[in-house]
Amino acid sequence: MSTDVLAPVLTAWTAVCRYDRLEPDRGVAALLDGEQVALFRCGDELYAVQNRDPVTGAYVMSRGIIGSRGDVPTLAAPLHKQVYDLRTGRCLDLPGVALVSYPVRERDGLVEVLLDRSAPPSLLRRPPGNGRPDGR
Amino acid sequence: MSGEPVGATGGELVVVGNGMVGQRFVEALRARDTGGRWRVTVLAEESRPAYDRVRLSAFFDGADADELNLHTPDDGVTLRLGEAATGIDRDRRVVTTAVGEYRYDALVLATGSYPFVPPVPGTGLPGVFVYRTLDDLAAIRAYAAGRRTGAVIGGGLLGLEAANALRLLGLDTHVVEFAPRLMPVQVDEAGGAMLRRYVEELGVGTHLGVATTALHPGADGAVAGLSLSDGNRLDTDLVVVAAGIRPQDGLARAAELAVGARGGILVDPSCRTDDERIWAVGECAAVDGVCYGLVAPGYAMAEVVADRLLGGSAVFPGADTATKLKLLGVDVASFGDAHGTTPGCLDVTFVDPATRVYAKLVLSDDAKTLLGGVLVGDASAYPTLRASVGGPLPGPPLGLLAPADSGAGAAAGLAALPGTAQVCSCNAVTKDDILTAIGGGCADVPALKACTRAGTSCGSCVPMLKQLLDSAGVVQSTALCEHFDASRQELFDIVRVRGITSFSRLIAEHGRGRGCDICKPVVASILASLGNGYVLDGEQASLQDTNDHFLANIQRDGTYSVVPRIPGGEITPEKLIVIGEVARDFQLYTKITGGQRIDLFGARVEQLPQIWRRLVDAGFESGHAYGKALRTVKSCVGETWCRYGVQDSVGLAIALELRYRGLRAPHKIKSAVSGCARECAEARSKDFGVIATDNGWNLYVGGNGGFRPRHADLFATDLTTEELVRHVDRFLMFYIRTADRLQRTAAWIEAMDGGLDHLRSVIVDDSLGLAAELDAAMARHVGSYSDEWRDTLADPDRLRRFTSFVNAPEVPDPSISFTVERGQPVPERRPVVLGMPEVAR
Repeated sequence: MSTDVLAPVLTAWTAVCRYDRLEPDRGVAALLDGEQVALFRCGDELYAVQNRDPVTGAYVMSRGIIGSRGDVPTLAAPLHKQVYDLRTGRCLDLPGVALVSYPVRERDGLVEVLLDRSAPPSLLRRPPGNGRPDGR
Repeated sequence: MSGEPVGATGGELVVVGNGMVGQRFVEALRARDTGGRWRVTVLAEESRPAYDRVRLSAFFDGADADELNLHTPDDGVTLRLGEAATGIDRDRRVVTTAVGEYRYDALVLATGSYPFVPPVPGTGLPGVFVYRTLDDLAAIRAYAAGRRTGAVIGGGLLGLEAANALRLLGLDTHVVEFAPRLMPVQVDEAGGAMLRRYVEELGVGTHLGVATTALHPGADGAVAGLSLSDGNRLDTDLVVVAAGIRPQDGLARAAELAVGARGGILVDPSCRTDDERIWAVGECAAVDGVCYGLVAPGYAMAEVVADRLLGGSAVFPGADTATKLKLLGVDVASFGDAHGTTPGCLDVTFVDPATRVYAKLVLSDDAKTLLGGVLVGDASAYPTLRASVGGPLPGPPLGLLAPADSGAGAAAGLAALPGTAQVCSCNAVTKDDILTAIGGGCADVPALKACTRAGTSCGSCVPMLKQLLDSAGVVQSTALCEHFDASRQELFDIVRVRGITSFSRLIAEHGRGRGCDICKPVVASILASLGNGYVLDGEQASLQDTNDHFLANIQRDGTYSVVPRIPGGEITPEKLIVIGEVARDFQLYTKITGGQRIDLFGARVEQLPQIWRRLVDAGFESGHAYGKALRTVKSCVGETWCRYGVQDSVGLAIALELRYRGLRAPHKIKSAVSGCARECAEARSKDFGVIATDNGWNLYVGGNGGFRPRHADLFATDLTTEELVRHVDRFLMFYIRTADRLQRTAAWIEAMDGGLDHLRSVIVDDSLGLAAELDAAMARHVGSYSDEWRDTLADPDRLRRFTSFVNAPEVPDPSISFTVERGQPVPERRPVVLGMPEVAR
């Protein structure tokens, strides 16, 4: 928990739901401090990315199909099927497009996400002009 | 002219004219002038930049001006639209316009041609038009509104295009041609006769071998009729003069440049005029005295001058005046010495009145060299033949001419072509160029187009490009995606024959990786088609696209729409009221669909079970609007009410919809039943459509609307209801087993070896011995159908996924909000960051 030690005020692991609430290879959406986060369980791995589809602006990424491209675990956007690297959030089909990805872990049967509260993620990590009222 | 070409070092280049050839010249020059030696100014008389005049008539088929646009912006080129050149001062080397003067070091004239209007009285009357520019066409369209009759003076290529345009505008159309046949320049007498039969069958009147002697005004002063040289008079509300074109050489004449004996700016084979700084290209140029009214020679001239201005030594290679076009739906092609004017030449003629095909080859006196030819009705042999002109015949003449259904003749001919033969004459691309591009990695037609420009103008050589790819051994992969080497059909057989019931087993044994958004829904659909129960049980849930996952249709804002099944479009007032109440209570936007049902928009995921609880309780079931599955069977009201109806179309439509509801397929399936031949249910635009006859039902298959609309083909006639159902059972099951992913029935039948006839033999004659299996599969489907929404509501586990947030199920998605438009809720418009790029697959 070195992160907690270094910046106890700015970051925190937040429990989201029970691990067995996640269906294999399927996502759920979670609301964390006003942020919408999409959570996925793929095999033994957990992934968390922004729920907002950067292409359409709709909050739907949790409903995408999980898969792989080569060795990369992937998520396909449900509206127009752009494919993203689940580990980094990088879009494999459109250059310069990415999802915010969040550290996520399972502990004591609970899924936890690490939120960075040092600044609103929307300011630091989103593309500009994302249309969210809290995005400026 | 000898020595270093003047002006080849660069400087100010002025181009007069921004037609197709002028535009091509600028593009060719800019592509080669990598050092930026020339500063280019283009003076254009028309107010819009270059557009595709060859496809001008597409304007009346619904294309807009943008679709015809040929101009791509280029920062290195100054384009002055609507600024016609008015004079050339050769001493001062300036071109003048109404606005100012443009100094040049080199001047390229690409002024094109103007329509020839015969000197007969009355051509200045209101209602008389020429057919040359988009503005002309827009004026014709505006004038034609509310008028009934149109006449075209001129039965050549342009005249027939104009006639088609008038037809499309709804006018009763006549063509007047001075020569004794249509298209006299391109086709011979017998070809002209065949063409006339086609044209007259379309309802276009032809008046051949007569001249127009005068145009007469009516009481309102606008044109009202034509006098013909045979003494007859033709009443008409509108006249299009399409009697040929003349080179636009007035500017050159005024500047005292030499012109050809029959007009046109006289140029040498380098396309230079008698002023060494002035060049001419396209229809305005007379190369060694000869003008060409086609785009391909113009493009060749454009390339020559671009080369010359950068120090090259290209010369005009001579023109290929071959033409292939579709006029009024008829293929017409002419190439080489079409009229057999070469001394001693021989003709081979093929006439088939039944299929209405006329073809003629002109051979050298020893019958070994192809000199030219004419094709009417079927021009599929044109690309091969045209490319063979001047060389040996690529096969026995009749084999080349007889309708090339199999394509075998054409393919053999292609192999025999020399490498230097032009495959694409519009862009001067040879067979060798294509093969080089294929060798360089071009693996499909779009790649070849991008790399060589072949097939990008008239498109007639595209079949040859495909054949060249095939003969080069380029195989289009049938692999579904990177996880499966098998096609959808092969996967279907693997799953069926081996009794596989899970994706994980299938990918472990027959694929690799974790799957993707392509193969997972395909396998989910295959499993569902084979009757593996509820589509969201266990692992199948992870395979479904979001629509199937939530049993609703996702919309742009992440909400869903709900479509209850309304079989045959028949609904009681009580059920209509329930739908209205549900829509009102959940504040859903309501719209009648094209499939005779009602779509309720704007439902959040957590609302879907509540909405469906109400609907199911009222007796509704899933409409499967979210699935690649049977959607609806539309119907007209039929004999029950309609005074024309001959059968109970509603009853049959309901029976069919209930029989095939929930059937998962490679793509959506739509159907309709019409109660008489008036076809109010639009059954022929459906995957399977039924039309009542006095004796039973006619079955049509393979129709669709959408991106590429297609009418269904008649499959069988006067069927009993029992026969009809058996045919449709087998048709659908055979489709589900053998079609590709996202292949509608139309494309499936088109791609089938043997096409509709083969399909008929499989379904009616059981030629593959499959019928019993197909029948049994459909019986299983019908027997095991269960409403997905009813099943979902009955199971708390299944309902769990209809949650907004896993950690806050009581909070609705705050990003969803609505405004009111025309009294109904619609999504709040959100700024979209990235537009809507589609992922190319």
